[in-house]
Amino acid sequence: MARVWKFGSDIDTDQIVPGRYAPYMTSEAELGRYPFIEARPEFAREVRPGDLIVAGRNFGCGSSREYAPKALKIVGVGAIIAQSFARIFFRNALNLGIPLFEAPWTDEILDGEEATLDIDAAQLVTAHGTYALVPPPDFVREIWREGSLVGYYRKYGRFPGEGADRR
Amino acid sequence: MALKQTLAERILSHAAGRPVRPGDLVVVPVDMAMAVDSIAPSVISVLRQELGARVRDPRRVAIFIDHVAPAANVATADAQVAVRRFAAEEGIAQLYDVGRGVCHQVMIEERLIGPGQIVLGSDSHSTSYGAIGAFGTGMGASDVAMAWASGRTWLRVPETIRIRCHGGFGPGVGAKDLALHVARTLGADGARYAAVEYVGVDHLPLADRQTLACMSTEVGAKVGLIAPSGEVAASWPVPEWLSSDSDALCQREVEVDLGSLPPLVAVPPSVDTVVEAAGLADVRVDVVFLGTCTNGRLEDLRAAARILRGRTLARGVRMIVVPASSRVLAAAVADGTLATLLEAGATVGTPGCGPCIGRHLGVLGAGEVCLSTGNRNFRGRMGSPEARIYLASPEVAAASAVTGRITDPRALAF
Ligand code: SF4
Repeated sequence: MARVWKFGSDIDTDQIVPGRYAPYMTSEAELGRYPFIEARPEFAREVRPGDLIVAGRNFGCGSSREYAPKALKIVGVGAIIAQSFARIFFRNALNLGIPLFEAPWTDEILDGEEATLDIDAAQLVTAHGTYALVPPPDFVREIWREGSLVGYYRKYGRFPGEGADRR
Repeated sequence: MALKQTLAERILSHAAGRPVRPGDLVVVPVDMAMAVDSIAPSVISVLRQELGARVRDPRRVAIFIDHVAPAANVATADAQVAVRRFAAEEGIAQLYDVGRGVCHQVMIEERLIGPGQIVLGSDSHSTSYGAIGAFGTGMGASDVAMAWASGRTWLRVPETIRIRCHGGFGPGVGAKDLALHVARTLGADGARYAAVEYVGVDHLPLADRQTLACMSTEVGAKVGLIAPSGEVAASWPVPEWLSSDSDALCQREVEVDLGSLPPLVAVPPSVDTVVEAAGLADVRVDVVFLGTCTNGRLEDLRAAARILRGRTLARGVRMIVVPASSRVLAAAVADGTLATLLEAGATVGTPGCGPCIGRHLGVLGAGEVCLSTGNRNFRGRMGSPEARIYLASPEVAAASAVTGRITDPRALAF
């Protein structure tokens, strides 16, 4: 069981990690202390590995800073489920191996409730119902399996789905 | 090719070596991948520490020191020292240092890229390269590092939103007004994951195309494309396969009659709250900022100079001009444009990003109002969260500098 952290729409990368807390202003090692440090200070203190972020539209809009999803990965966020994601955030989070799902029903999920994400069955189970997720393509699953795109490339010397004979 | 395709689909089909459709995932060779001073340290760290790799082909890498240039403090100065050292170690000749200009302008000026190519940048406005028909898109540090190490990237083939333009601009109206009209029509996330493709703009010069392609990212687009024609087709080699079917299936089509567009302004704090400049005559401005990758080119400086010639800034108004590149600055000196701006009372900063991201060279204080020719006006973008940023064309900027209030340039004779 994981706890749900519920957010609204248009959560921008400055709310996730403000620019002043960028790794080159502080240090990479401290990044895990800063997710939502100003927008929702209890998050970084209380989040447990596997907890879920559930949000409205356009999650992660704003800058191209990869350290925003990276901070969420460091604290062990199990998945982010949103009605939609901003493009560069989606890519960055996917590359870092954070499970992401787009789903229309996120308004029905409550802040602080317990829920179980079953990635293989592609569903979220709560006390008030079971919600279906669109299963990700193989490309994405391969990245998740190796932890990140960089991890995948290090291991296989190619991108997921590329012919194994690639240089 | 019998298959009808949008420009994005055609470029990615060519790169992937097979016909692709929206939604397909492809892994494609990258022709050029660039990083800017503020993100390059992260790219270098992923490349060296996480990938344990080196740059595969230094000719396909470019680095720009433009976002905080010259350095504003010891932290940025130290970061720049490390970036220069990295470029030397990896044999990267294409390092453009302090004063050369904004990455997106210099990439095109230096002809580092060409029509039909796949170009990545560590900066969201890398959509700018669509101005010459290149598939330019912004990415994060891991993606750029992967491209530097492997020479490739993954892409999801985007749906296309087509902006079909008719006619030509009226006096005092231009590409920025069109871009703001598109932002108002689509909304700030209206083109998420999609390509925006402009058609019916063959008469527009390169500078206008750069403004349109650059601003595509403000509607959430992956890429903002214009098929090479006119000035672009005359000065770049255009591959024979690079064309677009203007009747290919697309996600949405928006028709715009250019002749009916008035001068427009985006009202803070969002790019898609767009109203006519004439309706904002009550808004007093403290600072006018003329510059950025959106509107810092010679054409933009000239448009402002046409209005400022023989006039002076209103009392209490500061005007900061930051040419997009050293070449723009030199040309504006040579043809007298700069003298006109200076005589009116403007001042000039080092070519680069200037105060666009609020880190140096004109940071705004609480309560200040800025009329900027840039592309983003969210809270705190240029400094204090209590400052307000209105976005508009160089013509609106110059007219507002003269009156001290947001002004429709057509209200002044020029
Ligand atoms: S001018 Fe502004 S928008 Fe353009 S690259 Fe520089 S900071 Fe970004």
